[in-house]
Amino acid sequence: MSVRTALTVPRLRRLDPLGALLAGAGAVAAVFLPFVVLKSNRIVPGDPRGLLDALPAWGALGCQAVLICAAIAALGVSNARVRLGAALLGVAAVALAVAAAGDALTPAGNKVVRVAPGAGFWVLLMCLGLMATDAVTRMRPGPGLRVLFLALSIVVAGLALAHGTFDHLSVMREYAVNADRFAREARQHVWLALGSLAAAVLVALPIGILCHRVPRLRSGVLGTLNVIQTIPAIALFGILMVPLAALAAAVPLAAALGIRGIGAAPAAVALFLYSLLPIAANTVAGLKRVPRAAVEAARGMGMTSWQILTGIELILALPVILTGIRIVLVQNIGMVTVAALIGGGGLGTFVFQGIGQTAIDLVLLGAIPIVALAFSAAVVLDALAEVLDRARQ
Amino acid sequence: MPGMAAILRLAALALLLGFLLMPQSFAPLFTPLTQYGAPPIYDQGNLLTLALAHLGVVCCAAAASTLVAVGLGILVTRPSGAQFLPLSRTLVNIGQTFPPVAVLAVTVPLVGFGEKPTLIALFAYGLLPIFENTIVGLQTCPPQVLEAASGMGMSARQRLLSVELPLALPLILEGIRLSLVINVGTATIGSTVAAKGLGEVIIAGLLSNNNAFILQGGLVTGLMAILLYDALAGLERRICRTAHLE
Amino acid sequence: MISVENLSKQYGATTVVDGVSMVIERNSITVIVGTSGSGKSTLLRMINRLIEPTRGRVLIDGHDTTGEPAHLLRRRIGYAIQGHGLFPHRTVAENIATVPRLLGWDEARIRARVEELLLVFQLDPGAYAGAFPHQLSGGQQQRVGVARALAAEPAVLLMDEPFGALDPIIRAKAQDDLLDIQRRFGTTIVLVTHDMDEAFRLGDHVAVMSHGRLLQYDRPAVLLTRPADPFVSRMTGVSDRAMRLLSLTTAGEAALPGVSEGPAVAAAASLREVLSELLWRGADSAVVMDADGTRRGYLTIAAILERGRPG
Repeated sequence: MSVRTALTVPRLRRLDPLGALLAGAGAVAAVFLPFVVLKSNRIVPGDPRGLLDALPAWGALGCQAVLICAAIAALGVSNARVRLGAALLGVAAVALAVAAAGDALTPAGNKVVRVAPGAGFWVLLMCLGLMATDAVTRMRPGPGLRVLFLALSIVVAGLALAHGTFDHLSVMREYAVNADRFAREARQHVWLALGSLAAAVLVALPIGILCHRVPRLRSGVLGTLNVIQTIPAIALFGILMVPLAALAAAVPLAAALGIRGIGAAPAAVALFLYSLLPIAANTVAGLKRVPRAAVEAARGMGMTSWQILTGIELILALPVILTGIRIVLVQNIGMVTVAALIGGGGLGTFVFQGIGQTAIDLVLLGAIPIVALAFSAAVVLDALAEVLDRARQ
Repeated sequence: MPGMAAILRLAALALLLGFLLMPQSFAPLFTPLTQYGAPPIYDQGNLLTLALAHLGVVCCAAAASTLVAVGLGILVTRPSGAQFLPLSRTLVNIGQTFPPVAVLAVTVPLVGFGEKPTLIALFAYGLLPIFENTIVGLQTCPPQVLEAASGMGMSARQRLLSVELPLALPLILEGIRLSLVINVGTATIGSTVAAKGLGEVIIAGLLSNNNAFILQGGLVTGLMAILLYDALAGLERRICRTAHLE
Repeated sequence: MISVENLSKQYGATTVVDGVSMVIERNSITVIVGTSGSGKSTLLRMINRLIEPTRGRVLIDGHDTTGEPAHLLRRRIGYAIQGHGLFPHRTVAENIATVPRLLGWDEARIRARVEELLLVFQLDPGAYAGAFPHQLSGGQQQRVGVARALAAEPAVLLMDEPFGALDPIIRAKAQDDLLDIQRRFGTTIVLVTHDMDEAFRLGDHVAVMSHGRLLQYDRPAVLLTRPADPFVSRMTGVSDRAMRLLSLTTAGEAALPGVSEGPAVAAAASLREVLSELLWRGADSAVVMDADGTRRGYLTIAAILERGRPG
């Protein structure tokens, strides 16, 4: 047996199907699609540039070398760590290349010319991102490691932004113009998403507990919350403007507190209303999952109803409740964007201004942080739910 | 109680159709919401046409999501595709983490203004419930039934088509229902990038400070979502009953 | 005739079935019995290739089973399992028609066959053909499961713990029905169970398996009187093996010619039942009657006890 094994010539392993797809798409993007677009100002359509036209020769060759290595890893390496490393190196290479292209193509001192990442850059980034995602999924990292990975990515991105690596790219040009507003709107965005979530948890948790204890209420209450969810966000924002305007007009104190028909108040109320259903429904589902035997045993040992609820039922239901909170937070981060339409502020302001001015750089200035926020929230809360679920078992 | 539900259902349908076909007859109801003699009923387009366009976009997106999500769900529950399950799940999850407004915003430069960005955003947003329900439906088929199907000589394809998919159908339909209802509401944001739909009415109201328009757009969309939800839930119950599942 | 030749199944380093060879006679019931994890189900499932063997082969009537695609092979072999595995979304008639449909029978023939089987299994076609599985009792579901396995008139029927989910009374009835069915259709049946009583009651031959190996394969009486292995005698039960032996012979087979006093017993009753009856009544002898009421002969306690000894 051992002799036969020793004599077996290692055959060429089968190509990784996903790797082949990604490498193929990446190669097409690198060769045929523009890596960056050079625009004479922020609104006009630009002049597409390939990797070779955008960078000094050594830079382009270096970037291509890294990309070829990543493609080889995608095609033929099965070790997930190596694949992840190759994908991350690739991401770093295209990011540095696009930054260098910005530096190289912008005439010194010129504030009007814009260098925007092109379709080729985005497709390459997507392929490399998918390769990294696939590698991470294959490694099945624990919750702690996932959060650590997220934190590292944030630190690296933050350092690069602070150092000014991307300052000559169009999005950062928009940022430079809007820096003060950006900080304000970002704070407002997070504040609206988290504030409405916190209020919703305070209200929906008791609703969920009540629905669990009194099954008669369940279908009516959850059904009503379900109806609220079917009203489109823009409409709910709009509809709420009417009563809140009336409230501000009738009660001076409300107006003094900043409540008025237009602005953040209707957005906050609408987000709060949307958040109720997932949390209440998951509280009911989580409590239902608590083994009857555990509750019976607690009652048998003489625990009061309140002690059973706080000491056993809620603890055991927590992972499911947390899943509801995760759904709400990610949903809210996305929906706050729409609040910009009624003057509620948030990063959506840039998105809608950008759409209005057909200035895609401004759109991206709003959209990229929103997506990053939503992903980070999802990763952190997923990890938290998993930790709790493991502790439970 | 079922009589009550039927009456409510019919009333909602009558209200929706009545409003879409003869909006002007509802004008007195909306006039108190307007100021300075603004029109109480949306007058920049036909409400029925807009509602149909809205429904059309939502249904196209749902059809595409269903095709992809069910196909992917089938693929990753076969032995040959099992290795793609974790990645597919991650991707579909990303599809729903990406805020639809952000998808609209970044697809506009690629495909232009109009229905296309909305279709893409709704497609990506609607994948998750269908995909997850397809997987759960296929994975929870009773093992004895599958064993019997193979044992009697069904090929993998016959087993999938005549046993697994019919048994998973109620759950798949539930996924489609959730996806459709979320997207009826979400589609209103498509109007910010010039897709035809009921969002147009709401946005016109926001721009001209006309609460009547906002309320109309919201109510019609909400009613459509609720009726759709209710109709699909009824269809699911019917299929479950005739197929004697559960 | 089914020949199992040196059949083995390995999963990685674990051997689940280890070099089993046996010849299963046509028109008989063979029961494979063993504890859980003994490899009995795996052995059964290698016959219709639900599991592909690692080594060895199976011949049915001299033809290697690997000679055709597995799913075509399975359509010629009946298969019934514990918990019946009926399709919940199809009616009883549609369930039974599954394999005939796969084989492309015409509708008239399918309808006739479904009706025939429903009658054989004591289910009124008018009431049950259109019913759904969940509307039937456990015993009825099990019968439909067996009917479905027999629908395409297979020469071989494989059964994996078919009565495992039934309560004792319904189970006894189902076992009697199976014996009737086997006589009526002449099907070659291979049945897997962990229940020794079931094995003795049904099996013309019984195979005892443990840890993937076939310990003994013989007639039930031989297993009792000449166990090949301590495990076999433990399985067959030491404390009541005499009674078990008596239960293998019917009064009709053991009846002595002549006339005697005493209660009448049926020729189909086992000696164990006759002995019990005599002890209960305090009688020494019994008259053996055929089903049609004619006398077959007589039995005495002494004659019965004679049969409870090995050799």
